[in-house]
Amino acid sequence: MRKTTSKMWAAAAGVTGIALLATACSSGSGDSSDDATDGGSENITLTVATFNEFGYTEDMFKAYEESHPGITVKEKKAATSNEARENLNTRLAAGSGLSDIEAVDTDWMPELMQYPDKFVDLTDPALEGRWLDFKTKAVTTPDGKLLGYGTDFGPEGIAYRGDLLEAAGLPKDRESVATLIKGDDNSWDDYFAAGKTYQAGGGGPWFDSAGAIWQGMIYQEEAPYEDPETNEIIAADNPRVKEIYDAVVKASVTDNLSAHLSQWSDDWTASFQNNGFATMLAPGWMLGVIEGNSAGVTGWDLADVYPGGAGNWGGSFLTVPEQGAHPEEAKELAAWLTAPEQQVQAFLNKGTVPSQVDGLKDPKFTGAVNAFFNNAPTGEILANRGQGIIATYKGPNFFAINDAMQSALTEVDVNKGNADDQWNTFLTAVNALG
Amino acid sequence: MATSTTSPRTNRGGQTDPGRSPRRVGFSQTLGRWDVKLSPYLYISPFFIIFALTGLFPLLYTAFVSMHDWNLIGGKGDFVGFENYTYVLQQPNFWKGIRNTFSIFFLSTIPQLIIAIILAALLDANLRAKTFWRMGVLLPYVVAPVAVSLIFGKLFADQSGIINTLLGKVGIDPIGWHAQVLPSHIAIASMVDFRWTGYNTLILLAAMQAIPRDLYEAAVLDGANRVRQFFSVTVPMLRPTIIFVVITSTIGGLQIFDEPRLFDQTGQGGPSRQWMTATMYIYEVGWGNQKSFGRASAVAWILFLIIVVVGIINFSITRRISSDDSNQKSRKKVKR
Repeated sequence: MRKTTSKMWAAAAGVTGIALLATACSSGSGDSSDDATDGGSENITLTVATFNEFGYTEDMFKAYEESHPGITVKEKKAATSNEARENLNTRLAAGSGLSDIEAVDTDWMPELMQYPDKFVDLTDPALEGRWLDFKTKAVTTPDGKLLGYGTDFGPEGIAYRGDLLEAAGLPKDRESVATLIKGDDNSWDDYFAAGKTYQAGGGGPWFDSAGAIWQGMIYQEEAPYEDPETNEIIAADNPRVKEIYDAVVKASVTDNLSAHLSQWSDDWTASFQNNGFATMLAPGWMLGVIEGNSAGVTGWDLADVYPGGAGNWGGSFLTVPEQGAHPEEAKELAAWLTAPEQQVQAFLNKGTVPSQVDGLKDPKFTGAVNAFFNNAPTGEILANRGQGIIATYKGPNFFAINDAMQSALTEVDVNKGNADDQWNTFLTAVNALG
Repeated sequence: MATSTTSPRTNRGGQTDPGRSPRRVGFSQTLGRWDVKLSPYLYISPFFIIFALTGLFPLLYTAFVSMHDWNLIGGKGDFVGFENYTYVLQQPNFWKGIRNTFSIFFLSTIPQLIIAIILAALLDANLRAKTFWRMGVLLPYVVAPVAVSLIFGKLFADQSGIINTLLGKVGIDPIGWHAQVLPSHIAIASMVDFRWTGYNTLILLAAMQAIPRDLYEAAVLDGANRVRQFFSVTVPMLRPTIIFVVITSTIGGLQIFDEPRLFDQTGQGGPSRQWMTATMYIYEVGWGNQKSFGRASAVAWILFLIIVVVGIINFSITRRISSDDSNQKSRKKVKR
């Protein structure tokens, strides 16, 4: 009898243990609840995920919260565009975990456009004509669904170290530097020739990285890597790609105008403090980065010139993922954040240039002056450089091909590799993508 | 000499008392038998259930995914059989990943274990403030791998890093830590050693302290010096622990991800994949430009098989360390 009792307790303990385990395992799902409680309009928290420096501040969010009671806005910042992209892809696949508003870089928007049903349609007749044409075109699907609202775009000027130019016997005021870099044709060859003049006067490296020059030159092509009609990969056969590659290699390595750094690396960040290079291609958002890395260094200025006339680097959109809990409120917040007034405010904070037509005309933007860059009229300069931008076609494989080219150029420029070998490596990588 | 006149009453032979019906074995007896046989399994089952859910099922599901065309965002595609495996095995980047993985594994694990044994032997000696030294050895393990990676990445920066600066002062040319294959492996191996040497030291130290001291006394009496004692007494007695440490280092070392990923800002493992490991390749195939879960799963399963094979090789190598219980295998069971 005693044996039965202790046996029974043992069996009961075992069964209870397994039952508890089973209930724990089954109810352990769905921990992706956001802060929002049920009950509709009470205290909704909207998260905005951005990367790098968008220029949104706590004050801006507070202003929105005050005008929209019951809504709290939180920003989530990733350090780089790549990080944000990986986070977005992973969580899109997982089906949960994204913020209510996700910022998307123009480089990876094309691959997300392959999955339009994962994003809320943001079409709004009231917002028609708000943005520059090429911005809306980039985020509209073939059947007319608008997947994002444009935030900024990246017209580029040339940022330069006036003190280094002066030490090499060159003029350091903005107009003269612009004339020097424009040369005869305002082409890339003229920019490189100015660099040779600088070095002849005792200067060091002219620009920071071959990869950066590549970026500048390839974004002036209309369809460098893929056929816009069929998305067929043409990068291996396009003669322009080889021409630009040769030009970049010649300027960076043969003529040694490059500082042989890889952008965003530790060495590149450190070089701002060490007079690493004299000029760099600078879109609006890069101005904030330069300022951050050059703390304590004076002499930076911005010239109203760009080889080839105008170039665009970057620019982003705000999207609303379908998996969010509050699509309507998120859409409203996204529309507010991308309104001309807010984008101009972001520009004043971090130099991100408004892609809204009214934003570009706003006197607060055109009259903006950047103290760190020797009081350069950055708004006016970037507005000028925003004229005549070619919309480069970006198909689903754009980023992959560009990465392969950047790897090849890093090997040649930074790691002293052989240019022909690396070109062949690039071709192999491109052909493997097909 | 006492004899008993009555035969002892026994029911074992099956003789029954003619007046009684046969005694049936009660259900409680059956329960008792089940208890003895089953309840041990019941008690260890929670672990195995959790393992089945979180370990075994994902393993099998990965094999399932690797047989399909599976996109990161798009989801499950068509069944393609072993096509993902053949594709992956033909990629030069895959072989570079394997090469880098093994290179970093050897460069990190072998010095790590040697240093760990030596350190453990040193810590076993009679030091002052023993606990302080022993805890100190474990401190690098406490630092997050991501933090270690970022800091070491800056130390090993090609142009602005401290290590190249120091080498320059000694007169050596700057080494391309981020440019060339072997220097990048050495840099990453140093990060791995930094983290894991202390951990392995403490495990070996604990095992060393369990070695009976009279073995050492006997060795001293026989005229052995400290080195001879170390090789002939300490190492053989540590054999099971060394096997454990080698196997866990193998499993961990072939899966290194954090340190090489954060070694530079792009996380690709270098422009020519100089230090891209197999796990980084899995991440690149699955979450990078290709977004192919099918291929990433194929690489993951190949890596799993490689780890199992290498684990078995390591085990059979370390088993050959002589030990005093090597005779136990040949003792046969005596039939009762």
